[in-house]
Amino acid sequence: MFYREAGDFKKTYSADNQTFPIKIDRVGYYLALIVAFLVIPFVINDYWANAILLPFLIYSIAAIGLNILVGYCGQVSLGTGGFMAVGAYACYKLMTSFPDVNIFFHVLLSGGITGMVCVIFGLPSLRIKGFYLAVATLAAQFFLVWLFNRVPWFYNNSASGQINAPERMVFGVPVTGPNTEAWATYLFCLVFLVLSALIARNLTRGMAGRKWMAIRDMDIAAEIIGVNPLKAKISAFAVSGFFVGISGALFFALYLGAVEVGEAFGITKSFLVLFMIIIGGLGSIFGSFAGAAFLVLLPVVLKVVGVDMLGWPTDIVAHLQLVIVGGLIIMFLILEPHGLAQLWRVAKQKLRLWPFPH
Amino acid sequence: MPEQLVFAMEVFANGLMSGVLYALVALGFVLIYKASGIFNFAQGVMALFAAMTLVGIQNGQVPFAHLINAIFGTHVHTFGWNISSAFALILTVGVMILLAWAVQRFVFRHLVGQEPIILFMATIGLAYFLEGFADLMWNSEIKTLTFCLPGELCLPQGMNLAIDDAAYNAWGVGFFIDNLDITATLVAIVLVIALVAFSQYTKQGRAMRAVADDHQAALSVGISLNFIWVLVWSLAGFVALVAGIMWGAKSGVQFSLSLIALKALPVLMLGGFTSIPGAIVGGLIIGVGEKMFEYCFGIGQCFGGVINLGGATENWFAYVLALVFLVFRPQGLFGEKIIERV
Repeated sequence: MFYREAGDFKKTYSADNQTFPIKIDRVGYYLALIVAFLVIPFVINDYWANAILLPFLIYSIAAIGLNILVGYCGQVSLGTGGFMAVGAYACYKLMTSFPDVNIFFHVLLSGGITGMVCVIFGLPSLRIKGFYLAVATLAAQFFLVWLFNRVPWFYNNSASGQINAPERMVFGVPVTGPNTEAWATYLFCLVFLVLSALIARNLTRGMAGRKWMAIRDMDIAAEIIGVNPLKAKISAFAVSGFFVGISGALFFALYLGAVEVGEAFGITKSFLVLFMIIIGGLGSIFGSFAGAAFLVLLPVVLKVVGVDMLGWPTDIVAHLQLVIVGGLIIMFLILEPHGLAQLWRVAKQKLRLWPFPH
Repeated sequence: MPEQLVFAMEVFANGLMSGVLYALVALGFVLIYKASGIFNFAQGVMALFAAMTLVGIQNGQVPFAHLINAIFGTHVHTFGWNISSAFALILTVGVMILLAWAVQRFVFRHLVGQEPIILFMATIGLAYFLEGFADLMWNSEIKTLTFCLPGELCLPQGMNLAIDDAAYNAWGVGFFIDNLDITATLVAIVLVIALVAFSQYTKQGRAMRAVADDHQAALSVGISLNFIWVLVWSLAGFVALVAGIMWGAKSGVQFSLSLIALKALPVLMLGGFTSIPGAIVGGLIIGVGEKMFEYCFGIGQCFGGVINLGGATENWFAYVLALVFLVFRPQGLFGEKIIERV
């Protein structure tokens, strides 16, 4: 009835090519942006920011990054935790070495540094494929975590081996350190998320994205039709590393504030982000959001239902959570390998015909 | 002999022994991969699950006791009996076969014909599921595993005993080897021989190899794929049980047991995914390599301590070795040559 492209004539090439060709999608997108930027900052409180919104925003960035690598380019990576650690430690070193520079640039730069590290570990992907590569990225995961644990230069020789985010301002408002307000950190992360999503969305529907998808679908065939696998794979690693690095930097500086590398960026983090994109949908930007939201909300919901309402011990709820997440992964792979994003697509398809399906 | 040389040899021997244990886990991977093309990430968790089930049955724990208590407000914990290890072992094997059937029936039957990477991710999901399930069923405390066969034939305990009792002093020169490690090596050798004999000389073993060779050809001569897959998963479950017992006796039955699966991955990459001898050789190389590397460069004992990386290199050495190795030989030491077609 209301979700139609009929009668919505495109008169220019750019109008035909826009990200959301259907009007109601476009309106919904702008509405979501308005709510995110102009409504939520005024109603947000510390609990919502720390329990749900900040992790959601930050994991979304990481999921977008990993989705470019795994979902679009088909290179499975289990090193996300390690690369997030690179972002975090790069951000820490930059923040402490150049305290006068705005933290905005620190976060961007640490994304760039992570991109470069990611490229180094991505180089073997030219020879190693499939799950051989997945295991090879484990080398990155364990080596990087060990490195940040063992080399005192990375944590400025602090006695505890932890890194702590010093206080930094943006427009005179503190966004890191102990005296932050929920809305400030929220807005800071949101800006990065929106930028990342815009860049990722436009990269993936342009030439770069098509090359990645060609490599994913069959790399030899892609090579034959003229896609340079070196450039395609390396660029996917670089872009993915950039986003993952940004999320790692934000995770450390804005969300946690103090980080012990083995705990915050261990192998479980790699799996968590991987699960987000499987549940959300491989090869879909919307899926990255959906998956991140799902896996951030699930523990909170389980805790509210299990611990607060039913009064079960927390360890049982934690174990139950493992069972549910594992079961969901299997269920999604069996029923809908393209995840929540595909459900959303199917729903939209149905909506186009509704209420007259014939 | 100079003391340092003896010590280095001890490190070497310890490396060999832990290599055997890695190889045990890797064997389970190879079995499943050969027969069904599934790269089973859950192998380590299967070992954990098997060991926990064994301990749980032995001590007469009530399954899901915590959950039942939480829901119904009761206070059940144990049945109050102790079952002999041998009987518990048989029951555990039964549980593993049941698990193999369930995995085949409810997961991989629905995923036939999917891409290998999808199957791989499904096994990651399975690993999570099984881990939570095992914790729910037997709770997540660290348990000690005492395993005795009839006739007072007990599995030696690991590091929690005094060194003189737990170790075998070879040649009387202070060259110590863990008793448990010797047992583990013997068990591993027996297991490998049994597996090879099974796949070479029995009807089911031949069918298994046929399936590994070509699914369709095997189907056309009347081999039931479903049955073979359940069989293979059961075998892998059995291997996981043995590995779980060995590791469990060494360091207690706990969550970190499932992490040995991660260590088995570089072993596989070195040896090649499809080769049983490869898994063993790869395990030995990784085991010795990481111990010697830690000894030489991790804590700086070789070459006058020129290179000292500050320890804990065992965490990543295996992966980096496998990574470097793979760049030069992508199919591993004994793997089949990878041929790609458009």
